[in-house]
Amino acid sequence: MSALPPLDVMLWCVLALLATGVAAIVIGRNAWARWPVYCACLAISGIACAFALLHLIVHPAAAWEAVLPLGLPWIGAHFRIDALAAFFLVVINLGAAAASLYGLGYGRHESAPERVLPFFPVFLAGMNMVLLAADAFTFLLSWEFMSLASWALVMTHHRDDDNRKAGFVYIVMASFGTLALLLAFGLLAGAEGGYAFATIREQGAPPGLTGLVLALALLGTGSKAGLVPLHVWLPLAHPAAPSHVSALMSGVMTKVAIYAFIRIVFDLLGPIGWEWAIPVLIIGAATAVLGVLSALMQNDIKRVLAYSTIENIGLIFVALGLAMAFQGNGMQAAAALAMTAALFHVLNHSLFKNLLFFGAGAVLSATGERAMEKLGGLLNRMPVTGLLFLVGSVAISALPPLNGFASEWLMFQAILLSPELPQWALKLLVPAVGALLALAAALAAACFVRAFGITFLGRPRSEAAAGAHEIDRLSIAAMAIVAVLCLLTGIVPAVVIDAVAPTVQFATGTRMPVQTDIAWLSIVPIAESRSSYNGLLVFVFIVASASAAAFVIHRVASDKLRRAPAWDCGFPDASTVTQYSADSFAQPLRRVFGGFAFRAREEVHMPLPGNGNPARLTVHMHDLVWEGLYLPIVRLINVLAEKLNHLQFLTIRRYLSLVFGALVFLLLVVASWP
Amino acid sequence: MAVKDIAFLDGLSIQTSQMLLVLILAPLLTGLVRSAKARLLRKQGPSVLQPYRDLLRLVRKEAVVAESASWLFRVVPYLVFAATWVAAALIPTFATGLLFSWSADLIVIIALLGSARFFLALAGLDVGTSFGGIGSSREAMIATLAEPALIMIVFTLALVAGSTQLSTIAGIMLAPGVGLRVSLGMALAALVIVAIAENARIPVDNPATHLELTMVHEAMVLEYSGRHLALIELASSLKLLLYISLIACVFFPWGLAPAGSPLYVHLLGAAAYAGKLAFAGLLLAGFETAIAKMRVFRVPDFLGAALMLGFLGVLLLFMSKSL
Repeated sequence: MSALPPLDVMLWCVLALLATGVAAIVIGRNAWARWPVYCACLAISGIACAFALLHLIVHPAAAWEAVLPLGLPWIGAHFRIDALAAFFLVVINLGAAAASLYGLGYGRHESAPERVLPFFPVFLAGMNMVLLAADAFTFLLSWEFMSLASWALVMTHHRDDDNRKAGFVYIVMASFGTLALLLAFGLLAGAEGGYAFATIREQGAPPGLTGLVLALALLGTGSKAGLVPLHVWLPLAHPAAPSHVSALMSGVMTKVAIYAFIRIVFDLLGPIGWEWAIPVLIIGAATAVLGVLSALMQNDIKRVLAYSTIENIGLIFVALGLAMAFQGNGMQAAAALAMTAALFHVLNHSLFKNLLFFGAGAVLSATGERAMEKLGGLLNRMPVTGLLFLVGSVAISALPPLNGFASEWLMFQAILLSPELPQWALKLLVPAVGALLALAAALAAACFVRAFGITFLGRPRSEAAAGAHEIDRLSIAAMAIVAVLCLLTGIVPAVVIDAVAPTVQFATGTRMPVQTDIAWLSIVPIAESRSSYNGLLVFVFIVASASAAAFVIHRVASDKLRRAPAWDCGFPDASTVTQYSADSFAQPLRRVFGGFAFRAREEVHMPLPGNGNPARLTVHMHDLVWEGLYLPIVRLINVLAEKLNHLQFLTIRRYLSLVFGALVFLLLVVASWP
Repeated sequence: MAVKDIAFLDGLSIQTSQMLLVLILAPLLTGLVRSAKARLLRKQGPSVLQPYRDLLRLVRKEAVVAESASWLFRVVPYLVFAATWVAAALIPTFATGLLFSWSADLIVIIALLGSARFFLALAGLDVGTSFGGIGSSREAMIATLAEPALIMIVFTLALVAGSTQLSTIAGIMLAPGVGLRVSLGMALAALVIVAIAENARIPVDNPATHLELTMVHEAMVLEYSGRHLALIELASSLKLLLYISLIACVFFPWGLAPAGSPLYVHLLGAAAYAGKLAFAGLLLAGFETAIAKMRVFRVPDFLGAALMLGFLGVLLLFMSKSL
């Protein structure tokens, strides 16, 4: 280890990824080019993931730093790997390795490989660099690098109008986010311009400006992570990219944003007051509920997944908000619990969202369809993909014994500690947030019953779905590995909790009690009399009692089975459109929540008696965030642009007078500056 | 060492007997409710043992599976049954010294029922009929409203007992310090509403009908037959028993045998449990006979009341720990 510090390995990995990207420009047009490129990405990500994990386990408290003579001459490029960066490096490179493996198989369907292959490794390098950066300049440069690489990937199929729109909205929002981060770091660096993170950490938050820095950090990282109301680009851009890139953007890149938020708020900013937890909690809870409600209303399977990413980001921010609230009140143990829940969910979401996007990609390459209304019956045609997608669906719906439940259970345990908070505002807010969290979890279950049920179950709704076949083995292998990890992290959460403990220690100053020593691998956040959970036992019990029931019934009673037409109360209809569709499944929930969240309205056109035309039902829904916030801004910009347009058609005298006026104004400013 | 072993064996025997007890009592409870309802309507009604006969008849028959059904359709009954059984086995019914009670707290038990519901809703969509879909989508709607209410109830209990572990909650409720509290009353009312909705009872759903457009649960399982249907029926009975056990364990824990108590206390606990089950079953029968089913889009108001009650309970506890 001492011969090869992890930081050096990481930097070499980044360099290797960049070189792969350059090489891919040369060879990218060839059909075979995906083999060397994705194999290289897989190998490099695997090495990076292993070394990051090693660092987290072997040297939990250590930090390596390096300054390279790159970038701005008086700063240099600072790089550092500590427990926080190491955890996120594990998450990101794990996702990247899975996506590379999946890309090996999936990439054969790519019509324009030269538009994917060069940017894919560069995108991975960008994300790794953000995590390694230890000064504001390098950080922002890497951040932009990551954004632009992912933008190029979103624009892969640029001939599609929707994709171009997605790319445009994405790049505008990404620039806005970077601007906010730039300002935040500017404030943190102070007047002397101490851009290195070490300097920022030393001087702490600028007096009186904590709130502003926090708001800017929330805007900058929230726009990348997809917090409401900055989420509008996410459901457009994530589905537009090729599926393994969608998986990376949804499962992994959003985590880089989470990392940036934790880095700024828990590390650079120093201790902050409890009151800043309130906006984070409110925005997080609103994001979770609005994200999953929107997911329920979508018909495009990749868009469902993108909206569900927004929900999960909301959950993570709720947990981070809880950690801030507890830490602001000096309740270190509770803060550690909330932070563990947040980091655990970061890992979980990266796993199951990768899995689900891989599954959606498999469906897309098998049928050419993303619209759920045209799918159905795929479980009979793609049994392995179906099973793996089901594992992901159960995991993301926060159902035991898979991993999504373990992290949400920890979140609820943290929420249940809120009565010990001294402030009334938090005491009342946190239970309400808990109810919203439960609502989001239940809606997520409904959302994934719908997503899996309409896509994989029932009868095929189109020729393409009826003729689908199982996809290639490499893609299946990628999905299977991630699915097994979902199961493992779900049934032995104690291992994960202990593995993230150094990161929690780094962020909150303390850690949860050691969990792997507890008998039977249970997890006990505070005390056994208070609450405990054992995923392994629950899993074993369910499997054992289900098998026992099957065995007994098949042996003792009857194992005969007969296939027959569906019963359907005696009126089976051969037409596949009589099945419940994605829209009809969402109808009860739209009736209950849609009026409030989307101003949903149903219109029934009933033909007059005697008229043989079919009745029509039209649903009107509004994206209130887009219409209420973004369209007015767009209109304002248009009006201003029109006004400013006049300035381009002035006479030379007017231009001269404008220049003179500007000069006088600036001189006045300089003269009156204190 | 020996003491520890004895405690382990005690816990194991209690756990095993509880697993068998809930499995055996569940159909009896369903039979009791059905026959009591029939009597209240001045009908003769089937014997209380009829559900056992139904189950036996169903498991012996061959299962008829729709041609369009996938493998999931045949696996779901076992999963639903297993998840419900495990959840029911982890709620203290007659004794608190369950060997594995620490492997799941109240939130896990709720989530286990959520897993069962998830798979049942998928099975409703599997064959590709409109009845299955209608049941699944409505079940999903009811669940999304019931779950926040349940979490609020958990919150109330955790505030009073300082724990989400059922054996601890039961122990604290048994202690003399708790007494009657408004917040607990509200939590009880909320839990009863949620239990009615989750078990598909009147006024939310009608367990006795098969051909009514407002049905939820029965529409979802319409395509099942033979042993699969038997398992789903057994799981429904178990779920009803589970909710009654939960209410009994948290709000009426009298007679629960504490860990390590002698055999006769356990027998007394079992007798008390049987009494509670019978009382709750009769109460449910009377309630269902007395009221009419509501329209499906009234259910959100009904469950909203549960959520509000739960929330009020929490707020009251914040105002004063003794309310």
